[in-house]
Amino acid sequence: MNAVEQGFQRDLERINQIVEKNGNDRTHLIAILQDIQHEFRFLPEEVLIYLSTVMNIPLSSIYGVATFYGQFSLEPKGKFEIKVCDGTACHVRKSGVIIEAIRKKLGLTAGKKTTDDLKFTFETVSCLGACGLAPVVVINEKVYPQVTPEKISQIIDQYKNEEES
Amino acid sequence: MSDRLLNKTMFIDGKEYAYDGERNVLEVLRKAGYDIPTLCYRSDLSVYGACRMCVVEIEGKGVVTSCTIPPEPGMKIRVNTARVRRVRKISLELLLANHHRDCTTCLKSGDCDLQHLANKMGIKDIRFAPRQETLAVDSANPSIVRDPNKCILCGACVRVCREVQGKNVLDFTHRGSKTVVSPAYNKKLSEVDCTYCGQCVAVCPTGALRVKSDIEKVWNGLGDPSKKVIVQVAPAVRVAVAEAFRFPAGTNLIGMITAVLRRLGFDKVFDTTFAADLTIMEEAAEFADRLKNNGPLPLMTSCCPAWVKLVEQKYPQFLENLSSCRSPQQMFGAVAKKLLAAHYGIDRKDLVVVSVMPCTAKKAEARRPEFRQGEQLDVDIVITTQELIKMIRESGVDLRQVKEEPMDLPFGEHTGAGVIFGSSGGVAEAALRTAVEWVTGAPVKDIDIKEVRGVESFKELQLMLNGSMVKVAVVNTLQQAACLLDQIKKGECDYHLIEVMACPGGCIGGAGQPYSIDNNLLRIKRSQGLYDIDQNMPVRKSHENPQIKRLYGEWLKEPNSHLAHELLHTGYHSKRRIQARDVNLSPGSRTDVVDVRVCVGTSCYLRGAYDFIGILKKEIEAHGLGGSVDIKGTFCLEHCGKGPNIMIDGELVHHAVPERAREIFDQYILPKCKKEVG
Repeated sequence: MNAVEQGFQRDLERINQIVEKNGNDRTHLIAILQDIQHEFRFLPEEVLIYLSTVMNIPLSSIYGVATFYGQFSLEPKGKFEIKVCDGTACHVRKSGVIIEAIRKKLGLTAGKKTTDDLKFTFETVSCLGACGLAPVVVINEKVYPQVTPEKISQIIDQYKNEEES
Repeated sequence: MSDRLLNKTMFIDGKEYAYDGERNVLEVLRKAGYDIPTLCYRSDLSVYGACRMCVVEIEGKGVVTSCTIPPEPGMKIRVNTARVRRVRKISLELLLANHHRDCTTCLKSGDCDLQHLANKMGIKDIRFAPRQETLAVDSANPSIVRDPNKCILCGACVRVCREVQGKNVLDFTHRGSKTVVSPAYNKKLSEVDCTYCGQCVAVCPTGALRVKSDIEKVWNGLGDPSKKVIVQVAPAVRVAVAEAFRFPAGTNLIGMITAVLRRLGFDKVFDTTFAADLTIMEEAAEFADRLKNNGPLPLMTSCCPAWVKLVEQKYPQFLENLSSCRSPQQMFGAVAKKLLAAHYGIDRKDLVVVSVMPCTAKKAEARRPEFRQGEQLDVDIVITTQELIKMIRESGVDLRQVKEEPMDLPFGEHTGAGVIFGSSGGVAEAALRTAVEWVTGAPVKDIDIKEVRGVESFKELQLMLNGSMVKVAVVNTLQQAACLLDQIKKGECDYHLIEVMACPGGCIGGAGQPYSIDNNLLRIKRSQGLYDIDQNMPVRKSHENPQIKRLYGEWLKEPNSHLAHELLHTGYHSKRRIQARDVNLSPGSRTDVVDVRVCVGTSCYLRGAYDFIGILKKEIEAHGLGGSVDIKGTFCLEHCGKGPNIMIDGELVHHAVPERAREIFDQYILPKCKKEVG
């Protein structure tokens, strides 16, 4: 069993609860997928197959919806999701070096977005709507304004330490 | 009245045209004689409007797709303007830019709608850069090749799979420039519940979905002097090659096909129609027997492999309703390998059986484990009607120049009943012609059963048989078949005999046949062609086929005899629909002693597998065994009829209903835990 499989407890009970809460109807599929993503931090294949049985929606349709929206991930995501804005304002204020610094610190690349220990996932986004604070980084729900490569390194260390303690 | 009539006209290039009942401007234009190009439009599917080929200029609306606009009175349409031509050409260039244009080596070359259009529109240069990425081609199954690099995203396959077959195997995935039509998780067709009916191939305007070619295997067989190569030709093939050789659609060319097949090098040319007669002998006997002994009814035909796969994967509760008769193709293969090989005095390995079928699913059927002896298949190679046409063209034999020849005996002798097998309703009609005589003991004079004929997807018939009412249903398309099964499940209808064919109109509309832009019209003509042959046959009842009588007299003795059972019958099993990993259900770390897998596939889920898990978990906790039992949810253990099923350390336990959870825990799981701990 690899880290991914060990990291998540996939509980059918939880899926049934989510479906019940939202209502077992295909019009609620997106809301249900959002809740499942929240629960597992991504949309595991087995869970979607089970969901297709419970909701009587073809798996191909569920997969079509899940891959259409950027908010859904089919790969496991880390506990902390780091989003760096690379929109125009942040870009001219040197988000590029921050992106590089984060990738270097976490050992990630453009193709590899999540650390092996499933602690961090790193993505760039096109605009966070906070151009006045450029360059902006958001970790989970928390906003960090005017970030520099040194600052982001310290911030990431804080999250790492918090996790250990 | 006259006012209303007056209103129902529109102006096309300044000329007034009446319309009535057309669903969109495109249909009006086509009726008016305009050859408007389309790639995504199919009259029998929902309108999608993606390809932009059918654009016209409508006054007040600008350049619009004619397929999406309903006709309105007084509409002023211009078909051939510079703007229309420019929009069409740019759209086509953009489609071609994203298309792997290896036309000369593409299987679809010559039959490709995209290629035709590029030629027609005079595309000489594509100004846009080609797509860099090459996506994986799926050719892992025996029937269909899916090549997303040639897909133009017209969605015809998605719609036919959903709307006609009710399957939803394919859908649009991802988004924008990354959009791909594929099964869920980009799985192979062999890993999902595709029945290989091939209707997606029949509507694909490019080579993105195509029939897997077995032509080379046939040439290799024909070129091997140590082999005797025989061929069987299915009923629906004879009326489907006409257009390819400039005969009117639906013309019966079996005499010419036979002559050409001999020139290609086949040692003997036989007729699957003979095997269809054989199927009727067994199936009519089976039907009479089930009527007499109360079931299991309804008896469902089993000639169509796509339908059989649907039942095996989605309706396991109806497995025992399927006729145990093999399909005509497989009956032929079994009899040929056993009796013909002996008759010719050769080993079965030196006899190569080729079949020419209207069907893509037949390629998969021939490879089923039930239809082989060791590694040797009963039917070695299956080619489709399209492949036969390609072989004829490749050989240089001019079909129009050959003289008609009769087929070889004994398996070339056939009846009208066998011929109509190729059309929806034909199997039921042929079976009834024989079964009614057997049950009543009196010859039937009027053998035409017109109620079940035609390409409509649902037909029914009631007839009195020895004083009791017998109800027959005939359906085509898997959507219609699934709908009927759902009704039976709910107890809303009861039938004694049900004939199912997966393709619209039956085998004449099979995905191995040549297609056209108007598949509906082709199906009607081919169906009529088969009934015309039947009408003119001297023998029109399967049990009166002299060679069938001889076969039973010399070898098989009687329907359902021991040998008949060995050669002509088979069994069915529930099959898993989707290949995927199991779901981990046990919390935390375990020492993993007892491995429990509970099926949460549809059939078991509906019978309470989920509640079973709940009770089982509580029981495990109550005994403090959380660390030593590993529960996983799995998708289908392939014994749906006995579900819900669970597997405990590799041992299958059936009927695991929630009420039995405690009992099963005590009997199977608890002793194992104690043993491991002890």
